[in-house]
Amino acid sequence: MTAQPNPLLPTEDQPSQRRPTPPQPVHGAPGPNAPGMNKLVTFELNGRPVSKMVDIRENLADFLRNEFGLTSVKKGCEVGECGACTVLIDGRAIDSCIYLAAWIDGKTVLTTEGLASPTGELSDVQQAFVDTTAVQCGFCTPGLLMTATELAATGQTYTREELRRRIAGHLCRCTGYENILNAVELALQKTQTRAAAAADEEFWNTVSGL
Amino acid sequence: MFDLKALYEPTTVPEAVRLLADHPEARIMAGGSDTLVKLRDGKLGGLEWVSLHGLDELRRITLDDDDTLRIGALCSFTQVAESDLVRRCIVSLPEALLTIGGPQVRNIGTIGGNLCNGVPSADSASTCYAWDARLELAGPDGVRVLPIADFYLSAGKVDLRPGEILTAILFPHEAYAGYKGAYSKYAMRGAMDIATVNVATSIKMAPGGATIADARIAFGVAAPTPIRAPHGEAVLRGQAPTRALVGAAARAAIADTRARDSWRASRAFREHMLEELTRRSLLTSIRRAGGEIGAEQ
Repeated sequence: MTAQPNPLLPTEDQPSQRRPTPPQPVHGAPGPNAPGMNKLVTFELNGRPVSKMVDIRENLADFLRNEFGLTSVKKGCEVGECGACTVLIDGRAIDSCIYLAAWIDGKTVLTTEGLASPTGELSDVQQAFVDTTAVQCGFCTPGLLMTATELAATGQTYTREELRRRIAGHLCRCTGYENILNAVELALQKTQTRAAAAADEEFWNTVSGL
Repeated sequence: MFDLKALYEPTTVPEAVRLLADHPEARIMAGGSDTLVKLRDGKLGGLEWVSLHGLDELRRITLDDDDTLRIGALCSFTQVAESDLVRRCIVSLPEALLTIGGPQVRNIGTIGGNLCNGVPSADSASTCYAWDARLELAGPDGVRVLPIADFYLSAGKVDLRPGEILTAILFPHEAYAGYKGAYSKYAMRGAMDIATVNVATSIKMAPGGATIADARIAFGVAAPTPIRAPHGEAVLRGQAPTRALVGAAARAAIADTRARDSWRASRAFREHMLEELTRRSLLTSIRRAGGEIGAEQ
């Protein structure tokens, strides 16, 4: 199979999907030495280097949605309580609604759009959510996928009680928490099984090469 | 869009201090998990901001030459809670920080921002009180260090002078060596909630473990600022730990509080919870410090 570009990922020549900016309150011009309202940020987005001008007043959730069309970044509460806008910055899950877009310069950002392989194969974490039917309305799902991805990357095992605490930053208004927990548990198992298989293979390759 | 008039992004502490001196009206933003929520709510609009986000030099946790534990003010709650050094020195600080918000907020919010906010419910504050933390501030006139109790002036007001930023939270060797502690928080929910009251205690047992060498009790939301409870502490020092003694200390500690009625909880309820949490917290601290709780007298 030839690698098809993932249509959800930004490309250099893709036109901006930015919606018109609503009028902003004006409080007089900033002082003479003030930096401008716009700033160039260069960062890695879902595995690709990108550069973009950003309004310093914009939060990361809006920036990712409007400039890159990454609508998996859901806007729920917009005050850092519901977790729907969770993305990974340098591997750490954060609420992108209470994070200034200007801060991502030099960082690595991962959203749900970046989880599947370039050929569209779901990641272990995504497949675990499918396998356990952990999706109801789906609004909280992208955020939970990102937290589950962060947890899976640690390679650690967690008790069910620990997992409850680890996903406490997400609200599911369908209240489908049991299947979500099943999904996160399965996601960690899948990731660990794969890591163990990879380690096995490496071992046998090394041994057979001796 | 947040209603920011300007955003200054220094990358060094001197640059941050200079920017604050040049823009005396500018407000300071650390992790943003409190300030951006207020801005979203329409508060603090039209101001200039100095963002400390680029000060990576303040994101380190180290041991100074004199064994002072130094926590950079911009360390996230997660970073402090996961630090082996912190777990070894201030055993109950990770416990306290892991009660804040949810995991994503703890990856954003900073321990320095939590203290500089000046709110009495700050989960890091009472633990810093119970472990004799000192705060290092950098300003136009240089660096000064002061005990945390001197930093909190009144509700929402801290001794952060013009042009100053908090650079580190320091725990001198004598403040933690030999001490163990615990943190208890009462809130309406198990996560994503503000403390109705919180209690931090630390205990050092005398050599042999038969009596309590030193005890510290600190409260959040028991007064306009976090406070220590010297009356409660005095009951414990030099005594053999028993349930009766701990109960007496918890009762005595309430004399130091100035809790009040609010929509969150009544004064009577706060005092009741403070006493009960103090009792439980002290028992945990004593056990962790190697003390045995004697039979009732």
